[in-house]
Amino acid sequence: MNFFADAFAYILDPAHWAGDPGIAQRIADHLLYTGLSVGIAILIAVPLGLLIGHTGRGRSFVIGLTSAARALPTFGFLLFIVLLAGLGLAPLIAVLVVLAVPPLLAGVYAGIEAVDRQPVDAARALGMSEWQILGRVEIPLGLPLMLGGLRSATLQVIATATVAGYVAQGGLGRYLIEGLARRDYTLAVVGAVLVAALALAIDGLLAVAQKLVQPRGVSRGRARPASTRERRSSRVPAIIRTPTTEGNL
Amino acid sequence: MVWLWNNLGLVLGLAAEHARLSAIPILVGFAASIPLGWVASRFAWLRGLLLTVFGIVFTIPSLALFVVMPLLLGTRILDDLNVIVALSLYAIAMMLRGAIDGFGSVSPDVLQSATAVGFAAASRFWTVQLPLAGPVLLANLRVVSVSTVSLLSVAALIGKGGLGYLFTNGYQRAFPEEIVIGIVFTLLIAAVFDIVLVLLGRLLLPWSRRAGRAA
Repeated sequence: MNFFADAFAYILDPAHWAGDPGIAQRIADHLLYTGLSVGIAILIAVPLGLLIGHTGRGRSFVIGLTSAARALPTFGFLLFIVLLAGLGLAPLIAVLVVLAVPPLLAGVYAGIEAVDRQPVDAARALGMSEWQILGRVEIPLGLPLMLGGLRSATLQVIATATVAGYVAQGGLGRYLIEGLARRDYTLAVVGAVLVAALALAIDGLLAVAQKLVQPRGVSRGRARPASTRERRSSRVPAIIRTPTTEGNL
Repeated sequence: MVWLWNNLGLVLGLAAEHARLSAIPILVGFAASIPLGWVASRFAWLRGLLLTVFGIVFTIPSLALFVVMPLLLGTRILDDLNVIVALSLYAIAMMLRGAIDGFGSVSPDVLQSATAVGFAAASRFWTVQLPLAGPVLLANLRVVSVSTVSLLSVAALIGKGGLGYLFTNGYQRAFPEEIVIGIVFTLLIAAVFDIVLVLLGRLLLPWSRRAGRAA
């Protein structure tokens, strides 16, 4: 437990926060990697996921992509790309985007897929256009699951950005890698504590957002015993679900 | 490919270690999630508690969890147990929701009928509820299996990553082929595990294939 005490003492020492690279700088790096790659992944995955979810075409593509992404050892993939493309911000971000797209795509697709067909048919019967159905019915109802996909993608990126400390110069992973390399176990624990705290904080924020976007009527519907009515999300295959895709709804 | 032939012993040895270090957490995760999933499907307050706790565990990046394991367990840094326990925790986190869904998917009518025809609580669980939850459990176990095999390679950074060694070693020697071989063998192990699980499912749950198609 001594290492934890030492690690907290290290973290609480203001001298370690300032400077380059101090804790503040490394947290900023980590947030930059995460924000940039998740942002780019959103631009790719959201339109594609909405299209697949709305039309119902390409379902097996999403499932296949998600399975492949889960099987791929991210650490090896990262080192391979960095070895080929060189050590810069662009290759690192590219790898992180590739890893963030499948869970995001799965979340967006699952969000639309899990929407009850009845309100969708009702909206169509009322004369809504397909765009209106997507924007006013499917997206609002599917938003919690979509944010679940965002949570998985973000966690994946934060974790991989940590491992990227092995090759990159920035990010909180550096503490872990330097600590392990120098056999400075306290420093490694500092990295572990900081990166775990960062992941929990960001996931916590997204979890709150996920709760806030839950439409009221849907949460009431959820209160019905699961046994009398199949859970909506059980239509979504297990491969594209994670502990965070559904939160604790 | 020449490198692979010259180092076949090394690669196969690492593959064996990889298979062992990932198989144990998969089995532990499955075994633990059954009682946990069962109590969580019965008691709502426990469900919230367990999902929150394992949700938090799942949130922690793997490298961070691997590194603090020796502190929590009192093990040495190179002990197999660090990786096994960390991956088991992730496996439970991934499996728990599936186990709750699985037990919840069994219709209460069926359970009441079983009680009515005289099943005791324990035999009702083992012979009625567990087999009926089987297909959902299997689907989730396959996800856990694939994820665990791929996650293990990160542990190469603490010297216990099985095939992950080929990643760090290939990177240090600037030899991409070695990394690719590591990735391919990792995928092979994941595929073999998946095939084993599917075959076990066909053996133990012969009815699920027909039901699965109908659903």
